[in-house]
Amino acid sequence: MREFALDGEARADTDVPAALAGRVTLNGSVAWANGGRARTSRRNWLDTFDWRLYRAGLTLEQAASRGQTELLLTGRDGNLLASEVLGAGRRPRWPSLVSQLPAGPLRELVEPVAGVRALGPVVRASSKVAQLRAMNDDAKTVARLDIDYMSVTFPERAAVPARLSLTPVRGYAGVTDRIGCAITEVPGFSSARGSALESALAAVGLRAGDLAGKTTAVQLSPSMPAAAALATVLTALLDSLEANVPGTIRDIDTEFLHDLRIAVRRTRSVLKLCGRALPAGLASGFRPEFRWLGDLTTPTRDLDVYLLGYARMTAGLVAASPADLGPFQDYLTRSRAVQYRGLAAGLRSARFSRLTTSWRAALDDVRPARKRPTVAQFASARISAAQRRALQAGQLISAASPPESLHELRKRCKELRYLLEMFGSLHDPAQRWQAVKELKALQDCLGAFQDAEVQRAEIRAFASQLLADRGVPAETLLAMGEIAAGLAVAQREARHEFDGRFADFASPASQARLTELTRTDGRTRTAGV
Amino acid sequence: MKIFATYNIKGGVGKTATAVNLGYLAAKDGYRVLLWDLDPQGAASYLFRIKPRVKGGGKALIKGTKSIDSAIKGTDFDGLELLPADFTYRNLDLLLDAAKRPARRLAALLAPLKGEYDVVFLDCPPSISLLSESVLHAADLLLVPLIPTTLSVRTLDQLTEFMSGFNGHRPDVLAFFSMVDRRKRLHTQIAADLPAQRPDFAATAIPALSVIEQMSVQRAPVTAFSPRSQAARQYGNLWQEARERAGLTG
Repeated sequence: MREFALDGEARADTDVPAALAGRVTLNGSVAWANGGRARTSRRNWLDTFDWRLYRAGLTLEQAASRGQTELLLTGRDGNLLASEVLGAGRRPRWPSLVSQLPAGPLRELVEPVAGVRALGPVVRASSKVAQLRAMNDDAKTVARLDIDYMSVTFPERAAVPARLSLTPVRGYAGVTDRIGCAITEVPGFSSARGSALESALAAVGLRAGDLAGKTTAVQLSPSMPAAAALATVLTALLDSLEANVPGTIRDIDTEFLHDLRIAVRRTRSVLKLCGRALPAGLASGFRPEFRWLGDLTTPTRDLDVYLLGYARMTAGLVAASPADLGPFQDYLTRSRAVQYRGLAAGLRSARFSRLTTSWRAALDDVRPARKRPTVAQFASARISAAQRRALQAGQLISAASPPESLHELRKRCKELRYLLEMFGSLHDPAQRWQAVKELKALQDCLGAFQDAEVQRAEIRAFASQLLADRGVPAETLLAMGEIAAGLAVAQREARHEFDGRFADFASPASQARLTELTRTDGRTRTAGV
Repeated sequence: MKIFATYNIKGGVGKTATAVNLGYLAAKDGYRVLLWDLDPQGAASYLFRIKPRVKGGGKALIKGTKSIDSAIKGTDFDGLELLPADFTYRNLDLLLDAAKRPARRLAALLAPLKGEYDVVFLDCPPSISLLSESVLHAADLLLVPLIPTTLSVRTLDQLTEFMSGFNGHRPDVLAFFSMVDRRKRLHTQIAADLPAQRPDFAATAIPALSVIEQMSVQRAPVTAFSPRSQAARQYGNLWQEARERAGLTG
């Protein structure tokens, strides 16, 4: 199949058959005949909030036509990978988790890509597809030309210039190729440069894959004053935070809250590590409010982590049976519902609204009085300092150190990582990837250690709470004990692994790679040059 | 995949008209249909406006140097595809004779298409030859159009007798009267009596109608260009009988 689009100047209501009549010739003129009644359909393209399907080269569309609704999953070349007819009782209400889709090959293909994220409409359109038949001199149909007159209905209304797709009748690929070439010679027609989804999005000024506030996408110029660069990064983080608020309040999926928390945590790190480059009083004024926001989100996220890992947790049981943990799961679900109500109320509160409004206004007002330090100089100094602090924190850890020391090191490593990501556009991506390899491995190890530490403590607290709240079966407590024991084993393994991981991170070669990133003698990538 | 073959030793009895119309009706019912025009005259190919030409000719197909798959052409009708005729098919007997297990060769060539088609129609040339034998071995149901005369019925008996000598697979036979002229007393009498007496006869008869002859002008099945005509209705009835006889479901 070959696709064409009308050029940018073309009107959405261009009469395609009239435009093509007599202009496509092979040996003689290709005759075009009506291919039957036009089909209308309602199209709803679905993806996760962070475009996981699109990024994996998949397109999921719910198409309703002639009383039938079906889901169509296509790959990068527009080839159909799977479809699922949705009967009246089987239509998910969007947004919806993948687990709500009917079981079958389509769900099996989408599930590993979308993961825990919900699918929701990214754009909706209505299509009217007319068909022309291209005939040779024997009046034999050799190809079919579908003309899709599409108009977008969501997120706003807009007409899309017609898209054409030319499909050969079997055995006539050669002649269809020639017809395709001839079509591109007709003024106003060209090969389509994107999918129907991309055309629909373009009609309303959107682009597939665009994500609000992705800090790695923030482009900084090395000569920018540090304050201006920090304001740019912080604005991107605020965009991300705000973009995730509606999804968190509607509780669409757990990752809205997760991403919101990342934006908050990074904002707090910037304020802590780089606050002095911002106008006086800005960082100290807002740090308590962002701390409040972070604390507001923690209990719900902690319970989300438990519930998301519940299947894995029960799968690891050896002595107890998964059913023993039923009351524990109920307890987690109930507690999560309570915590979520508090979180949603907080995000709807005047305090939250004041925070985001005043924070954006404050960032808009950042007008650096001095050109120095430049962001390159500033980033270099901050990354060096964070690198030094992480190294020192690690070197203080011995076999006798308490878990808190590892937690401290974890925080230092996180700070270093945030700085590397935040100022990522100043560095060569390949060099940065090499530089953070050992840091990432160390972070994973510290994460496993600390998560086990926290979850063990929490399991004890949950058990006490369960006992205090109502009678809990002994089997449940025993199963929870087994989980706590499993966590202790995992923690011990992580602790055992730590020495090697830290040694790799602290090795001269690894440190040299990090130091290389912080050099400002002209090796720093000059973005935009 | 069910294989139907329209066969008669005599020419001009309606084999091609039957294959073309029943093929169209099967596709309309949602089956994926392939029609193989085995007659070097290429009448079925002509009716579908497809050039009667296969690259490499019958030799390449029979020897397997060219896959059947690559020679297939789409018709103007959804779900109906055609393996065109080629003038070299006039030598298919010789080509088959040179092949291993010639009587089973057609069945072997069609076997890889099992996943692609639900129904195959073989439109055979009028003869009794090695090609016919290969067709009889491949087919699940033999559709035998007969002019309602005593001699025609005798040829059916000869055919049945010939097949009784086959080892293993033997196609089921569904004969039917074709080109029935209502003005001829003998035609109407035989067409009325025999189907009631013989289980290998279809109840449906195809009358001699000018609209069927119009197919060569319209270059399309009568069931497509004149779906409400008496001819189309009779082909519809015949298709119902044939699919039930072949055990096609869905």
